[in-house]
Amino acid sequence: MIANLVQLATESEQNPLMPPGPELLVGTIAFAIVFFFFWKKLLPNINKVLEERRAAIEGGIEEADAMKTEAQSVLEQYKAQLAEARHEAARLRQEAQEQGATLIAEMRAEGQRQREEIIAAGHTQIEADRKAAASALRQDVGKLATDLAGKLVGESLEDHARQSRTIDRFLDELEEKAEAAR
Amino acid sequence: MSDNGCGFPAPGLHSFLFKPIATVGGFEFNKVMLLALITTGLVITFFTLAFGKAKVVPGKLQMVGEAGYDFVRRGIVYETLGKKEGEKYVPLMVSLFFFIWIMNIWSVIPLAQFPVSSIIAFPAVLAAIVYVTWVSLTFKRHGFVGFFKNITGYDKSLGPVLPLVMVIEFFSNLLVRPFTHAVRLFANMFAGHLMLVMFTVASWYLLNSWMIPAAGVSFVMTIAMIGFELFVQAVQAYVFVLLACTYIQGALAEHH
Repeated sequence: MIANLVQLATESEQNPLMPPGPELLVGTIAFAIVFFFFWKKLLPNINKVLEERRAAIEGGIEEADAMKTEAQSVLEQYKAQLAEARHEAARLRQEAQEQGATLIAEMRAEGQRQREEIIAAGHTQIEADRKAAASALRQDVGKLATDLAGKLVGESLEDHARQSRTIDRFLDELEEKAEAAR
Repeated sequence: MSDNGCGFPAPGLHSFLFKPIATVGGFEFNKVMLLALITTGLVITFFTLAFGKAKVVPGKLQMVGEAGYDFVRRGIVYETLGKKEGEKYVPLMVSLFFFIWIMNIWSVIPLAQFPVSSIIAFPAVLAAIVYVTWVSLTFKRHGFVGFFKNITGYDKSLGPVLPLVMVIEFFSNLLVRPFTHAVRLFANMFAGHLMLVMFTVASWYLLNSWMIPAAGVSFVMTIAMIGFELFVQAVQAYVFVLLACTYIQGALAEHH
């Protein structure tokens, strides 16, 4: 192609590969105007807008990211609080159980003590009554025996018996015998 | 050209000559220059409408403009030079792409019907701008010795072939490269225009008696060629800018 053109060019007077001067000048001017418009005005203009658009998109993404991070942190905070609350509840339950157990044990001990006290009091009372009864009985039996003996003998042995304490001794002997037999 | 006996007005170099439509103090102003200036007007008008009052939420026109801008910026410049190094060259590449593309499209616009870039002066100017850009960049980056190492593809591991490679690379890079850069665009548009003129003229010329079916074929070819040219116009604009980026990439590259 090029060789043909060159041949063609050399054959004729008009050489299509020889740039004519006026066209060179016009071409330079025409392109220079386009270039300067693009360079100085149009491209800075559009680049600014493209940059703004990019910033807007990135800003949106960043905002979303920030919100996501915040939501995450809040969630974690809630989770931590929840865990803490659970822990606290478990601790309180444990404590209540322990306290309850202590209380029951204490009350049981108290009950036991009161029961024992009551029993002891009862025993004492019974013992005292028995003793009183025994001594009353002894006096009554002694009196009856003395009365009976007096009636039988015909004379009062009261003074004598009181002095000699024969009756008491007799009764003691009886008791001892009963003790021994048991 | 047209003296082949049958009177067929075959297109040729004369198709690329225009009589001046105005002469201002010895300066002959012709149709191609007018188209070049209209190109400038169109590109600036469109992008001013699209980007003049650019909004964060774009309108339809701004969306189209952004798509075109992004295609060059991301699709070509960032791809070859990277975002960091490439940013500086985005204005140049964007203006190159749209300027060339619109210059090419004139080829199929009714009334204009001439690709401005098929006049070598226009591709030459643009290629020269790219050439100056990457050559001065190479000097700035690598210094005087580094410049020659970069240009000649200096690589010790080549051994005895090194001098030969260096000579070839020197010519290829420094002398042939700007020429091919300009001519690639020029020749594509030149050939495309010839083809279009060929089939258009033929469909008219063949439109008599028994030749009419042939005229039909020629007409269909014209339509097909218009579609094909639209594709080539965009591709050539893309290739021109891609090559410009590649040259700058070569200038930035650390030689090893």
